Amino acid sequence: MSTASVPLPGWINYGVIPLINLALAFFFSGIVVWAIGENPFEALQLLLVGALGRGEGIGFTLFYTTSFIFTGLSVAVAIHSGLFNIGSEGQAYLGGLGAALVALSLDAYVPWYVTMPFAVIGAALFGAACAAIPAWLQAKRGSHVVITTIMFNFIVSSLMNYVLVHMLIVPGKMAPESRTFLPGGQLPKLDWLIAMFGGKLGAAPLNFSFLIALIMCFLVWVLIWRTKLGYEMRTLGISPSAASYAGIGYSKIVMITMLISGGLAGMMALNPVMGASARLQIEFVGGAGFVGIAVSLMGRNHPAGIVLSALLFGILYQGGAELSFDMPAITRDMIVVIQGMVILFAGALEYMLRPAIVRAYQQFARSPAGGR
Amino acid sequence: MDYFEVFISILGSAIRLSIPLLFTALAGLFSERAGIFDIGLEGKMLVSAFASACVAYYTGNAWAGLGAGIVTAILFSMLHGFASITNRGNQIVSGVALNFIAAGLTIVLGQAWFSQGGRTGQVPASGRFSSITLPGADMMREVPIIGPLYANVISGHNILTYIAFLMVPLSWWILYRTRFGLRLRAVGENPGAVDTAGISVSWLRYRALIVTGFLAGFAGTYLAIAQSAAFINNMSAGKGYIALAALIFAKWKPVPVMFACLLFGFLDAFANFMQGKSLPLIGEVPVQIFQALPYILTCVLLAGFIGIARPPKAGGVPYTKER
Repeated sequence: MSTASVPLPGWINYGVIPLINLALAFFFSGIVVWAIGENPFEALQLLLVGALGRGEGIGFTLFYTTSFIFTGLSVAVAIHSGLFNIGSEGQAYLGGLGAALVALSLDAYVPWYVTMPFAVIGAALFGAACAAIPAWLQAKRGSHVVITTIMFNFIVSSLMNYVLVHMLIVPGKMAPESRTFLPGGQLPKLDWLIAMFGGKLGAAPLNFSFLIALIMCFLVWVLIWRTKLGYEMRTLGISPSAASYAGIGYSKIVMITMLISGGLAGMMALNPVMGASARLQIEFVGGAGFVGIAVSLMGRNHPAGIVLSALLFGILYQGGAELSFDMPAITRDMIVVIQGMVILFAGALEYMLRPAIVRAYQQFARSPAGGR
Repeated sequence: MDYFEVFISILGSAIRLSIPLLFTALAGLFSERAGIFDIGLEGKMLVSAFASACVAYYTGNAWAGLGAGIVTAILFSMLHGFASITNRGNQIVSGVALNFIAAGLTIVLGQAWFSQGGRTGQVPASGRFSSITLPGADMMREVPIIGPLYANVISGHNILTYIAFLMVPLSWWILYRTRFGLRLRAVGENPGAVDTAGISVSWLRYRALIVTGFLAGFAGTYLAIAQSAAFINNMSAGKGYIALAALIFAKWKPVPVMFACLLFGFLDAFANFMQGKSLPLIGEVPVQIFQALPYILTCVLLAGFIGIARPPKAGGVPYTKER
């Protein structure tokens, strides 16, 4: 009998299955750690202590979390319309240019809280601009958005390379990066947030964009589940033909979705560019756009889930960095393996265990203890 | 240096740079024609580069390295198949997962085994594919025009280069002149019809992925032990994606795939040559334009301005038998 159409209660779909998938991902990552001759349990302990042990560690963890919330939301919004935006990486990269241009032009004249709204708009506009052409190609010319957004990741990478090396570079310096923003172009650190829990932020770059990320989570939730546009997006995502019968314009929704998705990805740049380094650096995105895919998948495309899974990846990033100090045999790239495993088990193999779980659930539901 | 000599040297390097693209694009040709979008080409190439470098380092035998590269790439391909065919998972997500695992695992294992920051050890000369001088190349060199072309562009590559160009007609023959090829193309267009004919869709797609792994294995091996002499961190450096672009640019056909790869290889070689030089009339052209050109061209093609690129109809959709 087929088990694909058997409905499962929410706590299994959104609780048990992701947790089992996550456990599998960690199990196989543990095997890799064991294979190179280290103790996986010790590694896990070092990782957790490194990420959550001290105020500074937590600050770094939440800093990474911030970036992943933005890119996770970006991927999730697109998925709700049935689009796979694999270009969050490039959109965030171009968004960095938007934020940096605002910061560079305003930082000498106004305080940060005046610069910030313009920087948010600048980052979102540049991110959306980067998604606009793939969106148009999907909406009007029928070319697959996955392919075009990949292409745009590389196009943006070359473009930013040019902009940084030839235009924004500080004359006389070798490093391809913009000048350092004055305090008027920097987002303040959130040391009070950590201090509230009795910790010290130290050198950790946790900054105001964390709060922007949380606000965006709420706005995305409102958009997807509480507005007409969100309803139309979800309809298109579930059934394009039903959407067409209902008179929902395909091109319009695809364009709007991709622009929002690109805008959210672009805003990610606020965190590293204006919050941490206070300058535009080459390759500052560092794969966060791709992590967004894993974050969105793990979080089941829901803002609440995205916050949790972004936190998980934040812990992995920060803990992984600390781990590589303590266990030199394990490089930082171990977290890339774990990410890959999470994408594999939580994303690609998400249905692998479903038949078994459905059978177990039916067994449980039929037995007297299950209340039947 | 006169222009002709410069041109010859750019052509030679264009061929060298296009070989990994050609193997990878042909690899993608088989999986995509069978209805499996292959974002994971990059990862398959990377693991095979790592495996071939390791085995060639320990055995000192280039062919053993090639074998290891092929086997590893096929294993990765099978993982892709297990996720996207057997479990009907999203093909793109599983491809992305493969790329992540490949990028991380090669560095983690490389660091654990060789402790050189993710590099493998230097492969001895016997473990590499060295260049072959074709018969008569040295004699021909003096002949004007044809001589330098033969000696520097056609001769003087390693054996994998010639295998790559042989793979083009072979792929064409398999896809268009064999029963397997006919069924493979059918399963990418209409898997339901193939199923109705009593042929297993899953097995056919698995076999397509085996061919993909086989060819991606050549690509990785070429990178690691023909073009260089060790595995270096992330040495595929986006070539899997350029190959994907070339595959689309060639509208999923074997012979155009070869020309697309040669074009992209030429752009790459030309960009290397143009570094810091200026063109007459135009002045200095930023290298970044040449780097971005393959992707821009592919987008322009996809926009429908250079003919129409129509992907295999069933591509990206897992096949469910019950429906």
